[in-house]
Amino acid sequence: MRRGAPGASGAVTSIGSGVTQPEIPRGDGLYRFRPEKAVTPPGGVVAPPRDDGGMTLRGRLRTGVSAIVDALFAISLALLNAPVLMLWLAGLVLSPVPVLGAELLAVATTVVRWRADLERRLSTRAGLPIRRPYLPAPADAEVGTGRWLRWIITDPATWRDAAWLLPGALVAAALGLIVVAITAYGLVGVLLVPLWLHLGGLWFGYGVFWPTANRAEAWLALPQGLALLLLALILAPLIRRVHVSFARLFLAPTRSAELRLRVAHLTVTRADAIDAQAAELRRIERDLHDGAQARMVAVGMTIGLAERLVRRDPTAALKLLAEARAASTSALVDLRHLVRGIHPPVLAERGLEGAVQALAMHLPVPTAVRSHLPGRLDAPLESAVYFAVAEALANMSRHSGAKSAWVSLSHVEGVLAVEVGDDGNGGADAGRGTGLHSIERRLGAFDGTMAVSSPPGGPTVVTMELPCALSSPKT
Amino acid sequence: MRVVIAEDLTLLRDGLTRLLEAFDFEVVDAIDNGPALLPALLRHRPDVAVVDVRLPPTQTDEGLKAAIAARERIPGLPVLVLSQHVEPLYARELLTDQAGGVGYLLKERVSDVEQFVATVQQVAAGGTAFDPEVVAQMLARREPLAGLTAREQEVLRHIAEGRSNAAIAARLFITEKVVSKHINSIFAKLGMPPSDDDNRRVMAVLKYLDA
Repeated sequence: MRRGAPGASGAVTSIGSGVTQPEIPRGDGLYRFRPEKAVTPPGGVVAPPRDDGGMTLRGRLRTGVSAIVDALFAISLALLNAPVLMLWLAGLVLSPVPVLGAELLAVATTVVRWRADLERRLSTRAGLPIRRPYLPAPADAEVGTGRWLRWIITDPATWRDAAWLLPGALVAAALGLIVVAITAYGLVGVLLVPLWLHLGGLWFGYGVFWPTANRAEAWLALPQGLALLLLALILAPLIRRVHVSFARLFLAPTRSAELRLRVAHLTVTRADAIDAQAAELRRIERDLHDGAQARMVAVGMTIGLAERLVRRDPTAALKLLAEARAASTSALVDLRHLVRGIHPPVLAERGLEGAVQALAMHLPVPTAVRSHLPGRLDAPLESAVYFAVAEALANMSRHSGAKSAWVSLSHVEGVLAVEVGDDGNGGADAGRGTGLHSIERRLGAFDGTMAVSSPPGGPTVVTMELPCALSSPKT
Repeated sequence: MRVVIAEDLTLLRDGLTRLLEAFDFEVVDAIDNGPALLPALLRHRPDVAVVDVRLPPTQTDEGLKAAIAARERIPGLPVLVLSQHVEPLYARELLTDQAGGVGYLLKERVSDVEQFVATVQQVAAGGTAFDPEVVAQMLARREPLAGLTAREQEVLRHIAEGRSNAAIAARLFITEKVVSKHINSIFAKLGMPPSDDDNRRVMAVLKYLDA
């Protein structure tokens, strides 16, 4: 399963950044950051290109056909560019007009971005995804306000889109027409000439090669047509690449836009991390206040009472002391539960592998743990991954109805990969479950990603990946 | 009875020493770190060792590791492991050599002095004693195992906590005869051959943990 490739599997919901980048449609998975690739080359390729069937004949055929279809799309879409550009220019010119102007510019900008997004989607089909370069909207920018206008106007991507519309249309139309013309001529040779001959027509000129003098020569249109179709199939993907590369010049994020997107991503994940931390601290404070602390107060009071009674009524004092001991024991129980929630002791003692094994032993569903980690992770990461796995397993035992489950941990080429799978009912949706969402937030702070594959009927596999280094093995 | 204590907190180490000496144990060594523990255990060959799981310098599971290593060299060396928390995972590791003479308790059980001393003596005598908390965790996680009845599960829980047949009988308000009938039934259901070996009790618990 290749993650992030759109359509790689209908059941794959790739998240990990969909939430943090609200402008990007969920599931397209184009926005993935790995720190070592944080600044991509000017092309901005992030997701690996799709290999449509690889090198097989069938795969090539399919690629060729899809490229020809795309050429048709590209031509029809190119026809939209001129009206879209005019609409946008009108919006720009009229934008100083009160109320109406801003509304018009908003509509026009939406249309331009919609058109550019179509082009980006076409590029994705061609295996060269183009990321959306737009700045995220400021929080309090309502349509029509000055702040909103500034957001639109100051985003270079707005201007680059507009600049692309006309040349983009010309290039798309020209390149598309080449492909369509060759294909159409090939089809005429293969289909129309036999039809014409069948209907009794005698004269027919075909191709640039020769005029037809007799029936026998007319039949030669058939191999010629086939040759042209073949040419179209080979040429179309190449031409599509040229087309996409041209669109990329305008529509892909510039280097500074890349960095801006990165900053926006980091801002969101940092805010998430801080929120989560603050919530944790509040929970701990409340637990201590209502639990151990209150019990210790009671212990102190009971002992104080026993002190006063010890001479007068030793039996009652003894009873009070026993009570105090019981209260101190339950304070310890509270503390133990609290500690387990903050940082499970077994995690500190055994690291991720041991802690996940211990976790598996607590589950009602038999869970196998396969693990090969040659060293230990950094403590914060270890904790994040532990709680993510715990959440995934808890989700599994609550909802999946599974008979058995498994966890695998591995570390390959600087990436920690964790898979949690079960043989349950499937149908887990990362978009809805708060459990899965909280895993994503935990991992997001470390540039980690999560993907859920859970077709109805199962099996469900949650895949988590985090870029990280292992410390040297424990001695 | 000769005891080695391993505990890094001075207050607890001294407390344990005083407590055990008050009950006529001879504390031959009180260790405060991990690396010194294994040599001490091998040198003194105590009748029982009371060991904290977490010890300096790494503050991980050095105490447990040393205890298990010592039992590899001296099979059946009685060890009572203490910890601030209990993990069924550790219980299983302590039991895997099937030699008996192991215990695993929460530190706070020390506050019930008499019960604690009884547990130390029991472990020294080759018995097995697990904290009710760890037993509860084992029992809570799965469906009834191997078709054990509720009563048999209860009996198994008491076995795991280290009680004798007589003690179990007293707790459940049944005769010792009925207890041993339950125990035989448990062994049969867990697929364990009848034998007079005392370690069967340990093995039953281990089987339960592995399920």
